[in-house]
Amino acid sequence: MKNTGNILSEREKILGRIREALKISAPLPGSHGEVATHAHAESPASHAREWLPSVGASSVEQFDLFAKNAADLKADFQLFSSRDELSAALKKISAAEKWSRIASHDGELSNFASASLGLPVLLTDKGYDVQEMEKCDAGISECDALIAQTGGVVVTSRSAGGRALSVLPPHHIVIARREQLVPDLPAAFALLQQKYAPDFPSMISFITGPSRTGDIERILVLGAHGPKKLTVLCF
Amino acid sequence: MSFVSQFKSLASEKTRDLRHRSVIRTALRSYEVVRDKRKAAFQSWESARQAAAETKWEAINHLDTHLESLVSKLESRGTKVHWASNSAQAREIISQILRDKKARSIIKSKAMTSEEIHLNHALEKEGFTVVESDLGEFIVQLRHEPPYHIVFPSMHLTRGEIKDLFQKELGDAPSDSPEELTMVARRVMRQKYIQADVGFTGGNFAIAETGMISITENEGNARLTAALPKTMVTLMGIEKVLPRFSDLALFLPMLATAGAGQPMTCYNTMYSGPRQPGECDGPEEWHVILLDNRRTELLADAEQRDSLHCIRCGACLNVCPIFRNVGGHTYGTTYSGPVGAVITPHLRGLQDWKHLSNASSLCGACTEACPVKIDLHHHLLQNRRNASASEPAFFEKLAYKIFAIVANEPAFWSLAKKIGWLTQPLQSLVKGSALDPAKAWTKTRDLPPQPLESFKDWWKNRQ
Repeated sequence: MKNTGNILSEREKILGRIREALKISAPLPGSHGEVATHAHAESPASHAREWLPSVGASSVEQFDLFAKNAADLKADFQLFSSRDELSAALKKISAAEKWSRIASHDGELSNFASASLGLPVLLTDKGYDVQEMEKCDAGISECDALIAQTGGVVVTSRSAGGRALSVLPPHHIVIARREQLVPDLPAAFALLQQKYAPDFPSMISFITGPSRTGDIERILVLGAHGPKKLTVLCF
Repeated sequence: MSFVSQFKSLASEKTRDLRHRSVIRTALRSYEVVRDKRKAAFQSWESARQAAAETKWEAINHLDTHLESLVSKLESRGTKVHWASNSAQAREIISQILRDKKARSIIKSKAMTSEEIHLNHALEKEGFTVVESDLGEFIVQLRHEPPYHIVFPSMHLTRGEIKDLFQKELGDAPSDSPEELTMVARRVMRQKYIQADVGFTGGNFAIAETGMISITENEGNARLTAALPKTMVTLMGIEKVLPRFSDLALFLPMLATAGAGQPMTCYNTMYSGPRQPGECDGPEEWHVILLDNRRTELLADAEQRDSLHCIRCGACLNVCPIFRNVGGHTYGTTYSGPVGAVITPHLRGLQDWKHLSNASSLCGACTEACPVKIDLHHHLLQNRRNASASEPAFFEKLAYKIFAIVANEPAFWSLAKKIGWLTQPLQSLVKGSALDPAKAWTKTRDLPPQPLESFKDWWKNRQ
C-alpha cells in the first residue's frame, strides 16, 4: 500500500506543479507577445484539409494519386475489376515468390484470398505461435482504409488480424475494396472515429509503404525490421 | 573538465575535422532536397505551421486537464500509468516492473526520454540485457556512444565504419553495402523480438481525447516491440499531449516532412491499451510512465513555454550552422542543436549550460524551420540575458563600465584612439597568443586595422 501512496502523491505533485506554472499565461503563437485570453472555439487543426497536399475531387483522380504515391513508396498497387482477377494476380505473386505457407485472419476478403491460394494458412484469430508466423512467406490482411493523399493503408488490431500479422512476415498483402479509398488523412481519422469510438481497437496503424531505414548514410533500404514488400490488391 | 571547456575543446576539434564535415554535409544535403519537395506539396505549409503551433499551445496551456483525460482513458482500458518527477524515479519504476515480471531481456525501440534518464546504463548495471532495435540506435549502442542526432542517431558514420563495427561486434558483415548491413541487423534482431520478455518504447504524441499514444517510426521495430513481448513499457515526457485524435491528421505528415522529408513516416501507430478482449495478440500488460524531469520548470517560464511544443523532429538541428560544424556529440546533452541549447539550461541548470546559448549566430534558421513555430533564436537570447542577470560576469561588467566612461568623455576618447594607433603594430606580433588581451576573439579572426584618420577628423577637415 505504501507504494500506491507514493504513486498517487507523485501524480498530485506533478499536476500541482503544472497548475502552479499555468497561473501565468503564455502568449499565443504568432501574436508577438500578446497574452491570450481565451482558447479557440473550434480546433486550430480543423481546416487541415485545406493545407495538406491536394488530392483531386473525383475518385478516378484519387485512385491515380494513390497509385502514384504507392509507387513512390515502392509499394505495389494493383486495381482489378473483379475478385477473380484479383485472385489470379495473387496466385501469380505466390508462384513467383514460391510461397509455401501464409498467415492470415478470418474475414470475408482475407478468407477468399487465402482460399484461392490453396496453401497452408496460419490463422491468427484464436492465438498463434510467433515462431510459426515468422516462418510464413506472406501475411494477408484486410484493412480499414486506403488513403489517396499518402498512398498508405490503415489497419487495426481488430480488422487486420492483430498486431504482428502486418509486420512480421516478409511480404504484407492487403486486400481491399474500391469503396475503402478515402481522399485524405482528415477523412481517415474521421472514419476511424465514426467506426470505433469510444471502443477503439488497442492498435491502429497507418502503414505508408514497406518497412524502411536510412540509418546508413541516409541511403534508403527496404525491409529494415518489418516487411520488405507491401502489396495492395484492390477490386 | 567543466561542461563549457569540454564543449569548446570538442567544438574546435570537430570544426577542423574535414571528414566529419563532409559526412554531415552529404547526409543533410539529401535531406534538404526531399524536405523542400515535401513542403512544396502542401497547399499551405505556413497555415499548417500556424495551426500546429496553436494546437500545441492549447495542449500545453491546459496540460493538467489534458493529462487527466489521457490518463483516465488509458486506465479505463487496463493500462497502468505511472508518474515520475525525475530520472531516478523513472528508472526505479522501470526496474521494478522488470523485477516483478522476472524479466531478463528487453527489446527497445527508439526513445530519447530513455537517453535522458540514462536508462540502458542503469538496467545493464542491474543485470538486464537491453537491445536497441532501431538500426541507428543499435549501431551507436554497439559503439557504446550516445545517439549523434535525435532522429538520425548514426548519421556521423560511414558504411565502412559500420561494416568494421559489425565485423568486430557481430562477426557478420558480408560487405559495406547499406542493404546487406541492414539485413545483418534484421537477422540479429528477429529472434531478439521473439525472445524478449519486455518491449520498451517512447511516444511521439499522446491523445487526450481518446487516451492513445502514437508512435512514429520507419523500420517496423516499434510495431514488433509493441506486438510480441508479453509486457510493454512506454516512457514519455508529459509535454507530448495533443488535445484531439483528429489533430494527428495534421501532425503526422508535418513531423514526417520536417523530420525526414517524407510525406508520412512508414508506421504511425496509435496504442490505446494492452491486448483487449477478443484480440489475438499484443502485450498482456502495458505500463506508461509520464516523465516530468523539470519540464514543469520550463512550463513555469511563460516566455519560453512554447519550447515544450517541440515534437522532436530535428529540423532545427539540420539547418543550424553551429550543429553542422560542431556535430551532435559536442553538445554533451540528450537534446542537441538549437532546441537543445534552449531547453538544456532549464532541464540541467542555467549556469552550467548557458554556453550553448552563446554558441549561436542568431541567424534564425531554426525558428524558420520549426514546424510548431517555437521562437528558438529569441529564446537563446533570453537565456543569455537570464544567465548574465543571475550571475553577471565581473570582467565583462568592468569592461563595459570603463568603455562607458571613455565613450562619454571626448578627451578620453581621443586619448584611447591615440593609444590604439600607437599599439596597433604590436597587436600583429602577439595576435592570438597568450599575450593578446583579445585572444578569444583574435585566435581565429583578424582585427581590422584602425584607420589613421577617424571619421570625426575627416569631417572636421572637410568643413
